[in-house]
Amino acid sequence: MHYLFTVIGDTDNPADDSAPGAIDAFNDRLKSEGRWVFGGGLTSPDHATVTDSRGDQPVFSDGPFVESKEYLAGFWVVEADDLDVALALSADASRACHRKIEVRPFDGIA
Amino acid sequence: MADPGLDEVLARVHRDEWARVVATVARRFGDLDVAEDATAEAFATAVERWRADGPPPNPGAWLTTTAGNKALDRVRRESRRDAKQRQAHMLSEQIAGPPEPTGPVEDERLRLLFTCAHPALAMEARIALTLRMVGGLTVAEIAHAFLVQETTMAQRITRAKAKIKAARVPWRVPDAADLPARIDGVLTVLYLVFNEGYLASGGDTDPVRADLTGEAIRLVRLVRELLPDDGEVVGLLALMVLTEARRTARVSATGELVTLNRQDRGAWDRDLVAEGHALVRERLATGRPPGRYQLLAAINAVHTDAADARDTDWSQVVALYDQLARLDPSPVVALNRAIAVAELDGPHVGLAQVEALAAPLAGYHAFHATRADLLRRLGRSAEARAAYDRAIDLSGNTAEMAYLTRRRDELPAAGGR
Repeated sequence: MHYLFTVIGDTDNPADDSAPGAIDAFNDRLKSEGRWVFGGGLTSPDHATVTDSRGDQPVFSDGPFVESKEYLAGFWVVEADDLDVALALSADASRACHRKIEVRPFDGIA
Repeated sequence: MADPGLDEVLARVHRDEWARVVATVARRFGDLDVAEDATAEAFATAVERWRADGPPPNPGAWLTTTAGNKALDRVRRESRRDAKQRQAHMLSEQIAGPPEPTGPVEDERLRLLFTCAHPALAMEARIALTLRMVGGLTVAEIAHAFLVQETTMAQRITRAKAKIKAARVPWRVPDAADLPARIDGVLTVLYLVFNEGYLASGGDTDPVRADLTGEAIRLVRLVRELLPDDGEVVGLLALMVLTEARRTARVSATGELVTLNRQDRGAWDRDLVAEGHALVRERLATGRPPGRYQLLAAINAVHTDAADARDTDWSQVVALYDQLARLDPSPVVALNRAIAVAELDGPHVGLAQVEALAAPLAGYHAFHATRADLLRRLGRSAEARAAYDRAIDLSGNTAEMAYLTRRRDELPAAGGR
């Protein structure tokens, strides 16, 4: 079972408050426990471009898809047997990156 | 023709077996939704079949088998319709999957309880799910209890079941390390159910909902049966029975709240008082430090130990609140401690402590009601009147509003002391 850990950034406090090395240590642990699938931090939502190919021609526009106080700062995809395992990992992930985390199960993964 | 004997058997079997049947079927099929429907169908079948043939020698086993067959029918039906997904998910992983590592106690009902009270669910969903799956209440009954539309309550339960399935909330008793926190979560759900019954909100409901207090007590008894060594489970049961013992004395014939000091103590339920005292003594005898519910139970034991309100050992009550405040330094605990201090050291001392809580408790009816009572006792009628007004505005309980209104109207007229 795969879970997405969404790292929730806050525009009021965009600085990286994580303790030095904490995220690397958490990533190493995910890898050694066989739970790592993928993950990474993202640059600021100001650097986002939105692509819309629903019409004939793709349209590219500047900015994040939704303006809000909270934004996607990064994410992990982890392998966990069930929600309790995922929640325990997410508690450590939140501590490591010093941000709130949303935990959501994948509906399938390619 | 209705057979009163059979109705009694059905009611008893429903009470005793519902949770076990839901839990067993949910375990076998890995699906709460399937388990709920199959159990409801099995009970419906039992009503017809037992009326014709008489109840079977072992009703619990009969219901489990029948519900299992109903569930299997449904899974087969659905797997034919949606073969790929259903079979892959449900049959291979859940039925034939490796045995789950089990916690300290192996009872399916305990797993059911921990799943229904899982912290990933919203509190209102935990309450609804626990009452439906463990308590066996109908959706209509739960909707009525919480004053929401039946469709709203049905959606709440459906959403919770869908989340449990999609996010894979595990079907197991938590590890020893997580157990105390998770038991606390289960007890919180049951305490909220009890409190909603004990101080029912809503202008047109009964002030006390004995159906909810009774159900909460029944479920705590079940938890105690499953986790007999947990002190807080015993503490919560003691707290509930000592509170329930005073239920009928707590509201007057005219529907007005009767405060503890004015209750007819002869009207208290002696058996429940005795049970509560025995439970508190049982915990004291262990010599282990008490948790929050045990302390609240001990406070209630002191109150119910006094033959007359004037005999209450207030210094003991204050000492217990001191202990509680160390565990739970919340303003509500401080308010209740201040009420006891007012009895021990006088209303002016109590009032000073109450006033210090004005900021955090500005929106809490009991803060204003307490303040009003202390101001009244100090002869500060104008201030008392304003405090009663605020308390009446904030109270959602009909009996409490009636009591506060009378108290306010009995204050000497403005200008007098």
